Amino acid sequence: MPDAAPGLARQFGIAVLLLALAAAAPWLLSAYDLNLLARFLALALLALGLVLTWGHGGILSLGQGVFFGLGGYALAMHMKLDGLAPGEVPEFMMLSGVETLPWWWAPFAHPAVAIAAVVAVPALVAALFAWSVFARRVSGTYFSLITQALALAFATLLVSQQDLTGGFNGLTDFQTLLGADLNDPGAGRWLYWLTLACLAAGWALVTLLLASRFGTMLRAVRDGENRVRFLGHDAAAYKIVAFAVAGALAGAAGALFTLHAGVISPAMVGVVPSIEMVIWVAIGGRLSLAGAILGTVAVNFARDKVSSAFPELWPYALGALFILVVTTLPGGLAGLRKAR
Amino acid sequence: MTAVGDLLLAVDGVTVDFDGFLALDGFSLTLDKGELRVVIGPNGAGKSTLCDTIIGRVRPSDGRVLFRGQDISRLPVHRIAQLGICRKFQAPGVLPTLTVADNLAIAAAKSKRLWASFGFGQPASERTRVAEILDRIGLGDRRAAIAGTLAHGEKQWLEIGMVVATDAELLLLDEPTAGMGPAETSRTADLIRGLAGDHSIIVIDHDMSFVEQLAARVTVMHQGQFLMQGSVAEVRSDARVAEVYLGRAA
Repeated sequence: MPDAAPGLARQFGIAVLLLALAAAAPWLLSAYDLNLLARFLALALLALGLVLTWGHGGILSLGQGVFFGLGGYALAMHMKLDGLAPGEVPEFMMLSGVETLPWWWAPFAHPAVAIAAVVAVPALVAALFAWSVFARRVSGTYFSLITQALALAFATLLVSQQDLTGGFNGLTDFQTLLGADLNDPGAGRWLYWLTLACLAAGWALVTLLLASRFGTMLRAVRDGENRVRFLGHDAAAYKIVAFAVAGALAGAAGALFTLHAGVISPAMVGVVPSIEMVIWVAIGGRLSLAGAILGTVAVNFARDKVSSAFPELWPYALGALFILVVTTLPGGLAGLRKAR
Repeated sequence: MTAVGDLLLAVDGVTVDFDGFLALDGFSLTLDKGELRVVIGPNGAGKSTLCDTIIGRVRPSDGRVLFRGQDISRLPVHRIAQLGICRKFQAPGVLPTLTVADNLAIAAAKSKRLWASFGFGQPASERTRVAEILDRIGLGDRRAAIAGTLAHGEKQWLEIGMVVATDAELLLLDEPTAGMGPAETSRTADLIRGLAGDHSIIVIDHDMSFVEQLAARVTVMHQGQFLMQGSVAEVRSDARVAEVYLGRAA
């Protein structure tokens, strides 16, 4: 809306400063910590989508892992095919006795198709899913439960199709991407910068969306969906678009994460990781993009430290933190700043 | 009912059946362009169901609703709204986390298309319209206030403003003075009388002093059926109305 313009300019100024600082990380951190930071910044890209849908749209998805997984698998499938001669199948398929490449694998041999699919497939699946649910006026808790069922079904499907998806172990052991050697020591830096650039682009996209009339409409739908409908707007359309954008962001996050982790597997896309994603954003602040990024990075670093020392303790710590934040700090960490 | 006149809305023998309970029972009503009409009736007479049916929230099991001659009783809610019918609910239905001006802007948006929402500026025509309505509802100095923080009466006026901002030809106002004091009520009556002519308006209420101030034709409903129609004075002196409101003793 018109009053938003000066605020936007200031936000973008601060963001450029932070970006410059973050870009220097490869000279400040060890290779191990840089890889962790890169992974968490990839996850933060997904968190931005949750701010859009959950914070501003009131749509709580407990199944973002699905879209994360679709993006991750899309790129992973390409990397498994990269370097193979036409007609050859990846090693895990040979071991399962699959001799010809399934038709739906074939397009991913083209890098451009695979990279487009990283965002297009999750966005499309999210849009279709949201359309089918919202057109029936299903919302609130029921919607959240359906998304959770979707995550469960997706993970189960991946595990059950061992010969086509790599099953429980997922896809791993990647060598090259676009001709670059992924095991080269310098690759980590470039992938980190790529992630940072994607995060910055995602942040700019969501910031602009939230500042536009679309953002106002989304908040209006969150606060009074029927009201908006009786004023002549198609309320479901705003929710569907927001959900699709969040799906695309989650897909990109999944692909980047797969690059840094060197693996994508059903364990990263199911119910538990999907719920954890929501917790990062709840802790960081679901109405704040900066809060969501901070929450994602902080919780995941804490997870890395705690779970390496006391692996069995982490779920309890995370649960306790979640309850503490929800009961005492509804705005998350970002709410601290506003409260003062 | 005037014999001539430009017919805008015709509720034609509508029955609404809630699992055997007939909230509307073969009810009919016609409304001319620019007319202000008050619908009264005891609790449970079907007044709110009538509004729900016109805006498409409730589907009639029998009968039709004609708006400018078109049967709208099967259209989706937002399509009916786009045709030019807008309703103010009993409880104030403002959007609480948006500013007063944004509430009106959403209602006034010329294009209700999704793609039109990916922009920043506000069309000059929309800004003028919002300013004009702020003035009309007396909230000019509250434009930047968050709607959820308004006083009760202000919320009601904002919502009337939102209904007006849609430029709807037909406005349905369900108990617009609920919870208001006498001063606010008479200000609301002035506001509504000023809107008639530009809009056709159906007001639902049972505060008789408010109905008198509106000085409009009154339709009386009872148990989902049409009971009578006339001026406030005629309704006041009608024996059947007294019976319905006060019981057989009258």
